[in-house]
Amino acid sequence: MSDHSSSEHSSSLGTYIAVWLALIAGTILTVVAAHINLGPFNAAVALTIATVKALLVALFFMHLRGASEKLLKLVVISTIFFLFILLALSMADYGTRVWS
Amino acid sequence: MPDSSAVAVGQSHGETHNPALLHHFATEQQQRDSASLGMWIFLGTEVMFFGGLFCAYLIYRLKYFGEFAAASQTLSWQLGMTNTIVLICSSLTVVLAIWAVQRGKRALLLSSLILTLIFGFAFLGIKSIEYAEKFEKHHVPGPSFQFANVPLPGHPGEMANPAHAQLYFSLYFIMTGLHALHMIIGIGIFAWLLYASWHGRFTTEYNTPLEIGGLYWHFVDIIWIYLFPLLYLIDLRK
Repeated sequence: MSDHSSSEHSSSLGTYIAVWLALIAGTILTVVAAHINLGPFNAAVALTIATVKALLVALFFMHLRGASEKLLKLVVISTIFFLFILLALSMADYGTRVWS
Repeated sequence: MPDSSAVAVGQSHGETHNPALLHHFATEQQQRDSASLGMWIFLGTEVMFFGGLFCAYLIYRLKYFGEFAAASQTLSWQLGMTNTIVLICSSLTVVLAIWAVQRGKRALLLSSLILTLIFGFAFLGIKSIEYAEKFEKHHVPGPSFQFANVPLPGHPGEMANPAHAQLYFSLYFIMTGLHALHMIIGIGIFAWLLYASWHGRFTTEYNTPLEIGGLYWHFVDIIWIYLFPLLYLIDLRK
Protein backbone atom coordinates (compact mmCIF):
# COMPACT_ATOMS: atom_id res chain seq x y z
CA MET A 1 0.00 0.00 0.00
CA SER A 2 2.73 2.44 0.92
CA ASP A 3 4.44 1.63 -2.40
CA HIS A 4 1.32 2.71 -4.26
CA SER A 5 0.98 6.08 -2.63
CA SER A 6 4.68 6.87 -3.08
CA SER A 7 4.58 6.03 -6.82
CA GLU A 8 1.47 8.21 -7.14
CA HIS A 9 3.54 11.26 -6.27
CA SER A 10 6.79 10.18 -7.91
CA SER A 11 6.60 12.51 -10.93
CA SER A 12 8.67 15.60 -10.19
CA LEU A 13 8.30 19.07 -11.62
CA GLY A 14 11.55 18.54 -13.53
CA THR A 15 10.07 15.50 -15.33
CA TYR A 16 6.97 17.49 -16.34
CA ILE A 17 9.07 20.38 -17.72
CA ALA A 18 11.32 17.92 -19.61
CA VAL A 19 8.29 16.16 -21.16
CA TRP A 20 6.77 19.54 -22.08
CA LEU A 21 10.02 20.61 -23.82
CA ALA A 22 10.17 17.25 -25.64
CA LEU A 23 6.59 17.73 -26.87
CA ILE A 24 7.39 21.25 -28.17
CA ALA A 25 10.53 19.90 -29.87
CA GLY A 26 8.50 17.06 -31.40
CA THR A 27 5.99 19.56 -32.81
CA ILE A 28 8.76 21.64 -34.45
CA LEU A 29 10.43 18.44 -35.72
CA THR A 30 7.13 17.33 -37.33
CA VAL A 31 6.84 20.62 -39.22
CA VAL A 32 10.51 20.53 -40.33
CA ALA A 33 10.23 16.89 -41.45
CA ALA A 34 7.08 17.71 -43.46
CA HIS A 35 9.07 20.24 -45.53
CA ILE A 36 11.81 17.74 -46.42
CA ASN A 37 11.23 15.38 -49.34
CA LEU A 38 11.37 11.87 -47.86
CA GLY A 39 9.33 10.31 -50.64
CA PRO A 40 6.78 7.83 -49.27
CA PHE A 41 8.30 8.07 -45.78
CA ASN A 42 6.92 11.55 -44.98
CA ALA A 43 3.68 10.12 -43.58
CA ALA A 44 5.52 7.39 -41.65
CA VAL A 45 7.86 9.94 -40.03
CA ALA A 46 4.94 12.24 -39.11
CA LEU A 47 2.96 9.37 -37.56
CA THR A 48 6.01 8.06 -35.67
CA ILE A 49 6.66 11.48 -34.12
CA ALA A 50 2.94 11.84 -33.27
CA THR A 51 2.94 8.41 -31.60
CA VAL A 52 6.05 9.24 -29.55
CA LYS A 53 4.37 12.48 -28.44
CA ALA A 54 1.13 10.65 -27.57
CA LEU A 55 3.13 8.08 -25.56
CA LEU A 56 4.92 10.87 -23.65
CA VAL A 57 1.57 12.46 -22.77
CA ALA A 58 0.03 9.11 -21.73
CA LEU A 59 3.01 7.84 -19.72
CA PHE A 60 3.99 11.02 -17.88
CA PHE A 61 1.06 13.47 -17.95
CA MET A 62 -1.65 10.80 -17.61
CA HIS A 63 0.53 8.90 -15.10
CA LEU A 64 0.34 5.55 -16.92
CA ARG A 65 3.99 4.95 -16.03
CA GLY A 66 3.32 4.82 -12.29
CA ALA A 67 -0.03 3.02 -12.60
CA SER A 68 -0.24 0.12 -10.18
CA GLU A 69 -3.63 -1.21 -11.35
CA LYS A 70 -3.22 -4.16 -13.74
CA LEU A 71 -6.84 -3.81 -14.88
CA LEU A 72 -6.07 -0.29 -16.09
CA LYS A 73 -3.17 -1.56 -18.21
CA LEU A 74 -5.50 -4.19 -19.68
CA VAL A 75 -8.00 -1.46 -20.66
CA VAL A 76 -5.30 0.65 -22.34
CA ILE A 77 -3.73 -2.26 -24.22
CA SER A 78 -7.11 -3.61 -25.40
CA THR A 79 -8.09 -0.11 -26.59
CA ILE A 80 -5.00 0.06 -28.80
CA PHE A 81 -5.61 -3.53 -29.91
CA PHE A 82 -9.21 -2.88 -30.99
CA LEU A 83 -8.22 0.36 -32.74
CA PHE A 84 -5.63 -1.70 -34.65
CA ILE A 85 -8.32 -4.26 -35.59
CA LEU A 86 -10.62 -1.45 -36.80
CA LEU A 87 -7.91 0.05 -39.03
CA ALA A 88 -6.26 -3.18 -40.19
CA LEU A 89 -9.42 -5.07 -41.16
CA SER A 90 -10.94 -2.00 -42.86
CA MET A 91 -7.74 -1.49 -44.85
CA ALA A 92 -7.62 -5.20 -45.73
CA ASP A 93 -11.07 -4.69 -47.29
CA TYR A 94 -10.54 -1.35 -49.06
CA GLY A 95 -6.93 -2.15 -50.01
CA THR A 96 -7.97 -5.23 -51.98
CA ARG A 97 -11.20 -3.82 -53.44
CA VAL A 98 -11.51 -2.67 -57.05
CA TRP A 99 -13.14 0.80 -56.98
CA SER A 100 -15.16 2.09 -59.89
CA MET B 1 -25.61 13.34 18.90
CA PRO B 2 -24.43 13.21 15.25
CA ASP B 3 -20.87 13.89 16.42
CA SER B 4 -20.79 11.03 18.91
CA SER B 5 -22.20 8.52 16.39
CA ALA B 6 -19.57 9.56 13.84
CA VAL B 7 -16.86 8.93 16.42
CA ALA B 8 -18.37 5.53 17.19
CA VAL B 9 -18.28 4.55 13.50
CA GLY B 10 -14.68 5.66 13.29
CA GLN B 11 -13.74 3.64 16.33
CA SER B 12 -15.47 0.51 15.02
CA HIS B 13 -13.14 0.68 11.98
CA GLY B 14 -10.23 0.96 14.35
CA GLU B 15 -9.01 4.12 12.62
CA THR B 16 -10.05 7.72 12.04
CA HIS B 17 -12.55 7.94 9.22
CA ASN B 18 -11.70 10.13 6.24
CA PRO B 19 -14.91 11.92 5.13
CA ALA B 20 -13.73 11.82 1.48
CA LEU B 21 -13.53 8.00 1.52
CA LEU B 22 -16.84 6.49 0.39
CA HIS B 23 -18.11 3.50 2.34
CA HIS B 24 -17.92 0.94 -0.47
CA PHE B 25 -14.15 1.43 -0.88
CA ALA B 26 -11.61 -0.19 1.43
CA THR B 27 -8.88 2.40 1.01
CA GLU B 28 -8.34 5.82 -0.57
CA GLN B 29 -5.97 4.20 -3.07
CA GLN B 30 -8.70 1.78 -4.18
CA GLN B 31 -11.15 4.69 -4.55
CA ARG B 32 -8.67 6.63 -6.72
CA ASP B 33 -7.85 3.54 -8.84
CA SER B 34 -11.56 2.83 -9.44
CA ALA B 35 -12.21 6.38 -10.58
CA SER B 36 -9.29 6.47 -12.98
CA LEU B 37 -10.14 2.98 -14.30
CA GLY B 38 -13.66 4.19 -15.14
CA MET B 39 -12.24 7.24 -16.91
CA TRP B 40 -9.80 5.11 -18.93
CA ILE B 41 -12.66 2.85 -20.06
CA PHE B 42 -14.54 5.96 -21.22
CA LEU B 43 -11.42 7.17 -23.05
CA GLY B 44 -11.25 3.71 -24.68
CA THR B 45 -14.72 4.29 -26.14
CA GLU B 46 -13.58 7.75 -27.27
CA VAL B 47 -10.60 6.21 -29.07
CA MET B 48 -12.96 3.93 -31.00
CA PHE B 49 -15.29 6.91 -31.69
CA PHE B 50 -12.48 8.98 -33.24
CA GLY B 51 -10.95 5.78 -34.67
CA GLY B 52 -13.82 5.43 -37.15
CA LEU B 53 -13.12 8.94 -38.46
CA PHE B 54 -9.38 8.29 -38.67
CA CYS B 55 -10.19 5.11 -40.60
CA ALA B 56 -12.41 7.01 -43.07
CA TYR B 57 -9.66 9.61 -43.41
CA LEU B 58 -7.05 6.90 -44.11
CA ILE B 59 -9.17 5.22 -46.80
CA TYR B 60 -9.93 8.44 -48.71
CA ARG B 61 -6.42 9.83 -48.28
CA LEU B 62 -4.94 6.72 -49.91
CA LYS B 63 -7.58 6.86 -52.66
CA TYR B 64 -7.41 10.62 -53.43
CA PHE B 65 -3.93 11.54 -52.20
CA GLY B 66 -3.40 14.34 -54.75
CA GLU B 67 -6.62 16.18 -53.86
CA PHE B 68 -5.99 15.67 -50.13
CA ALA B 69 -2.54 17.26 -50.54
CA ALA B 70 -3.92 20.16 -52.60
CA ALA B 71 -6.75 20.80 -50.11
CA SER B 72 -4.44 20.42 -47.10
CA GLN B 73 -2.10 23.05 -48.51
CA THR B 74 -4.88 25.67 -48.35
CA LEU B 75 -4.63 25.40 -44.54
CA SER B 76 -2.10 27.46 -42.60
CA TRP B 77 0.38 25.08 -40.94
CA GLN B 78 1.61 28.08 -38.92
CA LEU B 79 -1.80 28.38 -37.22
CA GLY B 80 -1.97 24.60 -36.78
CA MET B 81 1.49 24.52 -35.17
CA THR B 82 0.59 27.43 -32.88
CA ASN B 83 -2.52 25.58 -31.76
CA THR B 84 -0.51 22.39 -31.15
CA ILE B 85 1.89 24.31 -28.91
CA VAL B 86 -1.02 26.04 -27.13
CA LEU B 87 -2.54 22.61 -26.33
CA ILE B 88 0.81 21.19 -25.16
CA CYS B 89 1.21 24.19 -22.82
CA SER B 90 -2.33 23.64 -21.49
CA SER B 91 -1.47 19.99 -20.77
CA LEU B 92 1.54 21.18 -18.75
CA THR B 93 -0.62 23.56 -16.69
CA VAL B 94 -3.05 20.67 -16.03
CA VAL B 95 -0.29 18.47 -14.56
CA LEU B 96 0.99 21.49 -12.63
CA ALA B 97 -2.49 21.93 -11.11
CA ILE B 98 -2.54 18.29 -9.95
CA TRP B 99 1.04 18.55 -8.68
CA ALA B 100 0.05 21.69 -6.75
CA VAL B 101 -3.10 20.24 -5.16
CA GLN B 102 -1.20 17.13 -4.00
CA ARG B 103 1.18 19.44 -2.12
CA GLY B 104 -1.44 21.88 -0.87
CA LYS B 105 -0.17 24.83 -2.94
CA ARG B 106 -3.41 26.77 -3.43
CA ALA B 107 -2.01 29.74 -5.37
CA LEU B 108 -0.27 27.50 -7.92
CA LEU B 109 -3.38 25.30 -8.23
CA LEU B 110 -5.67 28.25 -8.99
CA SER B 111 -3.24 29.99 -11.37
CA SER B 112 -2.60 26.71 -13.26
CA LEU B 113 -6.33 26.15 -13.72
CA ILE B 114 -6.85 29.75 -14.92
CA LEU B 115 -3.94 29.35 -17.38
CA THR B 116 -5.47 26.08 -18.64
CA LEU B 117 -8.75 27.89 -19.36
CA ILE B 118 -6.90 30.74 -21.12
CA PHE B 119 -5.01 28.24 -23.32
CA GLY B 120 -8.29 26.43 -24.05
CA PHE B 121 -9.97 29.66 -25.18
CA ALA B 122 -6.86 30.62 -27.19
CA PHE B 123 -7.08 27.29 -29.05
CA LEU B 124 -10.76 27.84 -29.88
CA GLY B 125 -10.07 31.45 -30.90
CA ILE B 126 -7.38 30.42 -33.40
CA LYS B 127 -9.66 27.62 -34.64
CA SER B 128 -12.51 30.09 -35.24
CA ILE B 129 -10.15 32.33 -37.29
CA GLU B 130 -9.35 29.27 -39.43
CA TYR B 131 -13.03 28.35 -39.80
CA ALA B 132 -13.92 31.94 -40.82
CA GLU B 133 -11.27 31.78 -43.54
CA LYS B 134 -12.78 28.53 -44.83
CA PHE B 135 -16.18 30.21 -45.20
CA GLU B 136 -14.62 33.19 -47.03
CA LYS B 137 -12.81 30.91 -49.49
CA HIS B 138 -15.94 28.74 -50.04
CA HIS B 139 -14.07 25.68 -48.75
CA VAL B 140 -17.01 24.56 -46.58
CA PRO B 141 -18.64 21.42 -48.06
CA GLY B 142 -22.08 22.10 -49.48
CA PRO B 143 -23.77 23.84 -52.43
CA SER B 144 -21.41 26.85 -52.29
CA PHE B 145 -18.24 24.72 -52.24
CA GLN B 146 -15.62 25.93 -54.74
CA PHE B 147 -12.29 24.30 -55.51
CA ALA B 148 -11.88 24.97 -59.25
CA ASN B 149 -8.53 25.26 -61.07
CA VAL B 150 -6.34 24.21 -58.12
CA PRO B 151 -3.24 22.40 -59.43
CA LEU B 152 -2.40 18.94 -58.10
CA PRO B 153 0.91 19.00 -56.17
CA GLY B 154 3.55 16.95 -58.00
CA HIS B 155 1.43 16.63 -61.17
CA PRO B 156 2.09 19.72 -63.38
CA GLY B 157 -0.82 20.61 -65.66
CA GLU B 158 -3.38 18.49 -63.77
CA MET B 159 -6.20 20.06 -61.75
CA ALA B 160 -7.68 18.74 -58.51
CA ASN B 161 -11.14 17.19 -58.68
CA PRO B 162 -13.39 19.46 -56.52
CA ALA B 163 -15.59 16.51 -55.46
CA HIS B 164 -12.58 14.69 -54.00
CA ALA B 165 -11.27 17.87 -52.34
CA GLN B 166 -14.72 18.29 -50.79
CA LEU B 167 -14.26 14.88 -49.12
CA TYR B 168 -11.08 16.21 -47.49
CA PHE B 169 -12.89 19.30 -46.20
CA SER B 170 -15.81 17.19 -44.92
CA LEU B 171 -13.36 15.10 -42.89
CA TYR B 172 -11.50 18.26 -41.83
CA PHE B 173 -14.67 19.87 -40.45
CA ILE B 174 -16.01 16.72 -38.80
CA MET B 175 -12.71 15.80 -37.13
CA THR B 176 -11.66 19.30 -36.01
CA GLY B 177 -15.29 20.17 -35.16
CA LEU B 178 -15.67 17.10 -32.95
CA HIS B 179 -12.30 17.89 -31.38
CA ALA B 180 -13.41 21.50 -30.78
CA LEU B 181 -16.62 20.18 -29.16
CA HIS B 182 -14.44 18.12 -26.81
CA MET B 183 -12.43 21.28 -26.07
CA ILE B 184 -15.62 23.19 -25.22
CA ILE B 185 -16.72 20.38 -22.87
CA GLY B 186 -13.18 20.35 -21.39
CA ILE B 187 -13.34 24.09 -20.75
CA GLY B 188 -16.69 23.55 -18.98
CA ILE B 189 -15.14 20.81 -16.82
CA PHE B 190 -12.15 22.97 -15.94
CA ALA B 191 -14.33 26.00 -15.19
CA TRP B 192 -16.13 23.81 -12.64
CA LEU B 193 -12.80 22.49 -11.29
CA LEU B 194 -11.62 26.09 -10.86
CA TYR B 195 -14.86 26.99 -9.05
CA ALA B 196 -14.56 23.97 -6.74
CA SER B 197 -10.84 24.59 -6.12
CA TRP B 198 -11.60 28.23 -5.31
CA HIS B 199 -13.99 27.01 -2.60
CA GLY B 200 -11.35 24.62 -1.24
CA ARG B 201 -13.14 21.39 -2.21
CA PHE B 202 -9.90 19.58 -3.06
CA THR B 203 -7.23 18.64 -0.54
CA THR B 204 -3.93 16.77 -0.58
CA GLU B 205 -5.94 13.57 0.20
CA TYR B 206 -8.96 14.12 -2.07
CA ASN B 207 -8.32 15.50 -5.58
CA THR B 208 -9.78 12.76 -7.79
CA PRO B 209 -11.94 15.16 -9.92
CA LEU B 210 -8.79 17.08 -10.88
CA GLU B 211 -7.02 13.88 -11.93
CA ILE B 212 -10.05 12.61 -13.89
CA GLY B 213 -10.59 15.98 -15.58
CA GLY B 214 -6.86 16.02 -16.37
CA LEU B 215 -7.08 12.59 -18.05
CA TYR B 216 -9.86 13.94 -20.30
CA TRP B 217 -7.89 17.10 -21.18
CA HIS B 218 -4.73 15.11 -22.03
CA PHE B 219 -6.77 12.73 -24.20
CA VAL B 220 -8.14 15.67 -26.21
CA ASP B 221 -4.53 16.86 -26.56
CA ILE B 222 -3.47 13.43 -27.92
CA ILE B 223 -6.25 13.54 -30.55
CA TRP B 224 -4.93 16.92 -31.74
CA ILE B 225 -1.35 15.59 -31.78
CA TYR B 226 -2.55 13.18 -34.50
CA LEU B 227 -4.90 15.60 -36.27
CA PHE B 228 -2.21 18.24 -36.79
CA PRO B 229 0.20 16.26 -39.04
CA LEU B 230 -2.65 14.36 -40.73
CA LEU B 231 -4.69 17.43 -41.73
CA TYR B 232 -2.12 20.25 -42.02
CA LEU B 233 1.08 18.62 -43.23
CA ILE B 234 0.20 16.51 -46.30
CA ASP B 235 2.92 16.55 -48.96
CA LEU B 236 4.35 19.98 -48.09
CA ARG B 237 7.73 19.31 -49.76
CA LYS B 238 8.39 21.56 -52.71
